[in-house]
Amino acid sequence: MTAANTAVPLLEARALSFLRQDEPVFAPLDFHLHAGELALVEGDNGSGKTTLLRILAGLLHVGEGELRWRGEPMQRDTCAGEILFLGHQLGLKADLSPRENLQIAAGLFGCRDGVSVATALEEVGLRGYEDEPVRRLSAGQKKRAALARLLLLPATLWLLDEPYANLDRIGIALVNQLLETHTAAGGAALVTSHGAVGFHGGEPRHIRMHA
Amino acid sequence: MKRPGLATACTAMLRRDLTLAWRRRGDIAMPVLYALIVTMLFPFALGPEDTLLQRIAGGVVLVTVLLAMLLALDAMFSSDIEDGSLEQLVLAPQPLALMLGMKILAHWLTTALPLIVIAPLLAAMLHLPGAVIPVLLLALLLATPLLSLLGAVLVALTAGTRRSGMLLALMLLPLCMPAVIFAAGAVAAAQQGLPWLAPIAWLAAALVLAVVLAPLACAAALRIALDA
Repeated sequence: MTAANTAVPLLEARALSFLRQDEPVFAPLDFHLHAGELALVEGDNGSGKTTLLRILAGLLHVGEGELRWRGEPMQRDTCAGEILFLGHQLGLKADLSPRENLQIAAGLFGCRDGVSVATALEEVGLRGYEDEPVRRLSAGQKKRAALARLLLLPATLWLLDEPYANLDRIGIALVNQLLETHTAAGGAALVTSHGAVGFHGGEPRHIRMHA
Repeated sequence: MKRPGLATACTAMLRRDLTLAWRRRGDIAMPVLYALIVTMLFPFALGPEDTLLQRIAGGVVLVTVLLAMLLALDAMFSSDIEDGSLEQLVLAPQPLALMLGMKILAHWLTTALPLIVIAPLLAAMLHLPGAVIPVLLLALLLATPLLSLLGAVLVALTAGTRRSGMLLALMLLPLCMPAVIFAAGAVAAAQQGLPWLAPIAWLAAALVLAVVLAPLACAAALRIALDA
C-alpha cells in the first residue's frame, strides 16, 4: 500500500443515511475505507445492511449526508465499473450456462488481465458444470458462478451482500481467499455477514448498523 | 485491464437476449400462432365474400400483428428485474440507454420479425391484392419497431408495480393509435390506387424520434424503478 493510497480514502461516508417514506432506514453512518481494507457491515435483520450496499453501489440515491469516492463527491460516471456488487439476486440468467453468463459480464465490464472465463470457473470449483444451464445448478453452485464474476471482472471495490450464504465449508474458504487476494492487491471490500468470516489479511474494519 | 468497447458490449447484450429467446422458442411461436388464429377466424365470422374481406384485410392484419406483439411486451424487463440482471446492467460501465436499445432490438427481432414474415400469408387469407402487400410490409416494418419502443418505455415505467399488465395495456392504447392510423391509412390508400407515401413518411418520422428518445426514457424509468 502506498502513502498516496492511505492519504485519500477510496470511499468515505459522512453522516450517510437513507430515507424511506421520510423514515430513516438506519442511523447516520460515518466511515471510510482505504485501498487494501476490508469492512464488515454488521447489524440485525432489517437494520439496513442491504440498503447501505445498494446505496454504495449507486442503485439507491443518497438520502442525507455525503459519499466521496477517492476524495471527490461520488458520481455514477466516475466510479462506473470500479465497483462490483453481488446482491441477494445473483444476476445470473437461469436459461444460460455459467460460461455464457460470465461471457456477457465480461462483454459489459471487461476482463482482468490473465483471467479467462474458463479459469475463473475452474477456480470457483465449477469445472464440469460450465455448460450446464444455471437453473439446474444447486443454490451453492449458483453462488459460486456469481463469485466467479469477482475473479473475472476488474473492480476496485467489492460490495458483497451475504457472500457466505448457501456455501459449504470449501466455498466459505474460497470467499475468504478471494477477499484476501483482492485486498492484498490493493482492492477494498464491504461485506455483510452474520459471521463465518475467517479473514486472515489483517483486522477488518467494522461498520455497525442501527435501525 | 481494459474496458470493453461499445461494439463488444452491444454484441454481448444482443447475443444474450437472442440466445435466451432461442432457449425459449415456444414463447416466440406464441404471438405467431395467435395472429394466425385470429386472422383465420375473420372469414369464418364475416363470410368468405371477397369484397368485404378485401376492404378490411389491411386493417385486420395490422391490428392483429400489433395485438400479438402486446402478448410478449410484458416480459421485456420482468425476468431481468427478478434475477438481478438489470442491477448488473445498470452498474456496468456502459451507456444504459444503448444497452436497453439492444434489448429492444432483440425483442423486436424475436417477436415482430416472425409476425412480419407471416404477414403476407395473413394478407392472402383475407384476399388482400398482391400489389398492396409490399406497402403492408413496409407499414409493418415501420409500425412494429415503433410499438416495441413505445411499449418498452411503458414496460419500464410500470416495472416496479405488481400486475402491471392491465396498466400497460391501458397506457399503450392511446400511444399506438397514431401508428395504427398511419399504417392502415397507407395500406388503404395503396388499395385505392392513391399515393401512400405521406403516411409512411409520418410513420418513419415517428420511428426516428422513438429510436432516439425511447431508450433514454427507458433507462431513466428503470433507474427510478430500481431506486425504491
